[in-house]
Amino acid sequence: MSDFSNQKPETGAFFQRDRAWHAPALTPGYKTSVLRSPQKALLSLDGTISEITGPVFGHSILGELDNDLIHNFAKPGESAIGERIIVHGRVLDERGQPVRGALLEFWQANAGGRYRHKKETYLAPLDPNFGGCGRAITGEDGSYRFRTVKPGPYPWPNGVNDWRPAHIHFSIFGHGFAQRLITQMYFEGDPMIWKCPIVTTIPDRNAIEQLIAPLDWANTIPMDARAYKFDIVLRGRRSTLFENRMEGN
Amino acid sequence: MVQDLGYLKESPSQTAGPYVHIGCTPNFAGITGVYDTDLGTVMVNDRTLGERITVRGRVIDGAGAPLKDALVEIWQADAAGLYNSPSELRGTADPNFTGWGRCPTSADDGIFTFETIKPGRAPYKDGRRMAPHITFWIVARGINIGLHTRMYFADEAEANAEDPLLARIEHRHRVATLVAPREGSVYTFDIHLQGDKETVFLDI
Ligand SMILES: [Fe+3]
Repeated sequence: MSDFSNQKPETGAFFQRDRAWHAPALTPGYKTSVLRSPQKALLSLDGTISEITGPVFGHSILGELDNDLIHNFAKPGESAIGERIIVHGRVLDERGQPVRGALLEFWQANAGGRYRHKKETYLAPLDPNFGGCGRAITGEDGSYRFRTVKPGPYPWPNGVNDWRPAHIHFSIFGHGFAQRLITQMYFEGDPMIWKCPIVTTIPDRNAIEQLIAPLDWANTIPMDARAYKFDIVLRGRRSTLFENRMEGN
Repeated sequence: MVQDLGYLKESPSQTAGPYVHIGCTPNFAGITGVYDTDLGTVMVNDRTLGERITVRGRVIDGAGAPLKDALVEIWQADAAGLYNSPSELRGTADPNFTGWGRCPTSADDGIFTFETIKPGRAPYKDGRRMAPHITFWIVARGINIGLHTRMYFADEAEANAEDPLLARIEHRHRVATLVAPREGSVYTFDIHLQGDKETVFLDI
């Protein structure tokens, strides 16, 4: 499935996940977590072949407009309404190495903060030209980019008056199933970030800031779209140099 | 002061939220015309080697209710125990088997279903063999970081008895939370997020 079959395969186990850097499972300020959080300790296991391997996706799965949310659901000749932006960045691992061939899937509300989903109840209108999903695969240098409209903030049923800051959801496949990650990107300068009970499930302010994309003026396209840069870091692998060879190698 | 090791921190996880299906299975969510098909819906074709099985189950919350907005992904070896991954160096996996599946839990009854094959045994690091198993990853609204677990097969009692991961489970009655009973070609794997039957989740 890989477009990168000439690359040296990676077979090391992944670094231990720093669970203190992530949100704990139980975060009562985010009410849904109360009944959906495991209460017993996780069973720790150094990665086996079942976790250091993972599916890899080739560019052949991508359609021409997959990385263009302004147009991929729009009628011919039309486009989604909203602030036009480019989101770009690199997928790296904890060693700072680019993760090539990573599949990113992203989804978001429209410019008014409304999702195209049957369970969505917010009164903001749908945009007939905006679906809200896209995907991209990173290049050799780990880079990706897509075009979209800036999503609007929206209210959600948690506290009486809780709102999500503008955000884009990301799902990322690296090279091993243990790297599987879903996260969210926020926008520089949004005061609502710090009021959000989902953002603040993350205990460390520096960790939250890792999810805030800066306005990237240098990459803004004049008279067209502003740019935001969002780098994503996946778990790194140990070197395999001095590890036991697995049976059958 | 010493030199900086220079490692980066992993991007913190955030919940997949209630609309994960828009991004990961848009056709299922009713957003058609963007992708031809949803990824991960088909794992096998008519040339896939191995015994055809169905894996079915629910993800159940602490009040006993199945999650109707979850996304479940599985990853497994082929019938010979090989993974369809560039990191698999022991041989070439069955090209007619992806090894990876993705299924939203149903909005009606919360059931997920995978049509797949029974995996072969893969090695543990020390040369022992692991029992056949399927790796699971579960995300949903209210789950702050994706949950990893494994499903084992009830009709593999002998292999399960020597499996290195199952052997690590201190409270032996919890082993059963990872072992799916079989009826015909269907294995049922209910995942309990909390309570007496809480599934053993993994930090891997
Ligand atoms: Fe959202």
